[in-house]
Amino acid sequence: MAQTTNTTRGPVTGTAHRAKKRKPFLLDLYSTAVGKKYVMAITGVLLIGFVITHMIGNLKMYLGKEDFNHYAEFLRELLVPILPRTVFLWILRGGLLGAVVLHVHAAYGLTLLNRGARSVKYQSPRDYQVATFASRTMRWTGIIVFLFVFWHLADLTWGTVNALGTTAADGVFVRGDAYGNVVRSFERPPVALLYIVANIALGTHLFHGVWSLFQSIGWSSPRFNKWRRWLATAIATIVVVGNVSFPIAVLAGIVGQ
Amino acid sequence: MTASHGEHLTNLTLSVWRQKGPDAAGAFESYRIDSISDEASFLEMLDVLNEKLIDEGRDAVTFEHDCREGICGSCSLMIDGQAHGPQRGTATCQLHMRKFKSGANIVIEPWRATSFPIIKDLMVDRSAFDRIIESGGYITSQTGGAPDANLVPVPKPVADAAMDSAACIGCGACVAACPNGAANLFTAAKVAHLNLLPQGQAERYARAESMVETMDEYFGSCTNHGECEAACPKEISIDVIALMNKDYRKAKFANRKEIARS
Repeated sequence: MAQTTNTTRGPVTGTAHRAKKRKPFLLDLYSTAVGKKYVMAITGVLLIGFVITHMIGNLKMYLGKEDFNHYAEFLRELLVPILPRTVFLWILRGGLLGAVVLHVHAAYGLTLLNRGARSVKYQSPRDYQVATFASRTMRWTGIIVFLFVFWHLADLTWGTVNALGTTAADGVFVRGDAYGNVVRSFERPPVALLYIVANIALGTHLFHGVWSLFQSIGWSSPRFNKWRRWLATAIATIVVVGNVSFPIAVLAGIVGQ
Repeated sequence: MTASHGEHLTNLTLSVWRQKGPDAAGAFESYRIDSISDEASFLEMLDVLNEKLIDEGRDAVTFEHDCREGICGSCSLMIDGQAHGPQRGTATCQLHMRKFKSGANIVIEPWRATSFPIIKDLMVDRSAFDRIIESGGYITSQTGGAPDANLVPVPKPVADAAMDSAACIGCGACVAACPNGAANLFTAAKVAHLNLLPQGQAERYARAESMVETMDEYFGSCTNHGECEAACPKEISIDVIALMNKDYRKAKFANRKEIARS
């Protein structure tokens, strides 16, 4: 190997034991790329758990307005009377928010690191062998899903992008009527299309993310390695099929007022 | 060269990256190869080109090479957008012209990574790999009388797994192929090689932490595309990356518990 030293780097002592002041454990771990990948994987698992639960919960839509709104109310009443109403829901929301912030922050830091690692790009076209469309577009599908979540909250949680009211007219948000809000929102074809596109982006993200997190966390074993891809495909498919079915069901009139 | 028994390829066009020095601006230059035996290796084809260039009084193309039998890790060419060219599990020196077709336009570029600065033309400086090895790619052993052979039992599957990792020749194709310019496959192969074996246990966690953190100073991060595994001339599996990640996590706990460490 070439012996020219890279003068822009600091000296390397040649010893494995470097006397350095250690940061607190989590910050120490988070300061390295492998540590950041752990954070991405663990927050990813939490968010996957949420996405699957959210999809399963929303399947109540097919049972009708009563069941759906009852489920919405159940979420607000989780752990009542140990905790007052909606407190546990807010704890869960806080956890999700923390997971999203960490996931995005780690991704941002790693992206900068990766850009810096190849400051001069290849000047001829690359011929990728095994990188998938999903793996190559993680940043973009991630950004799409991230932005979509804001729209989704503004549409169906805060209602701020819709006219507030108490009637059942198109696009009207009625606080407390989760079922009606979903139906009134999805009856608008452009909105339904937005939900469908965003969920396909989410599925693409999961297709690589679920597989990838096993590697990041160091879960590799001949016993289950062949199932990692299978699991990723299954989770991505289930989430996409479930979530995309809702706007389609509303548009097709299967689910209505 | 003596008469060849193989076929000949004709009318090849090479687009070769030419760059006079580390800070010079580079560009592709086109060269024609009128005829070349399909038994020639890729580097022999470049030798033929260089002979021609020297005859014409032009500057020969600089490229790194040494053993030409796929074990030294010196050769390093991005050929048509693939590290080490189109043949799996093969270093550039073991790639033969029979993999190409007459009339082809072959694009040859150096490895591109910030920590692999170009020395000249197609030759890059891979010293950053040496920094990673220095920080943990060694074991402690006793001096004095030679111990009995096979004194330390190594289970066969462990020996095989360690050998698969030790097959790494440090060519840098993993970094070159990685969309992120990450050196995780190289580092993980070196970590796995020693961390799997009983002889490597003394420094196991110091090694995992130190090598990963040295790697971090120079290279990008792994996003599990798997391009490194596909480009590796020794076909080292990305399973070793998972193993490195696991040992790094364990090291983060184990090393903090060590007494008398700052």
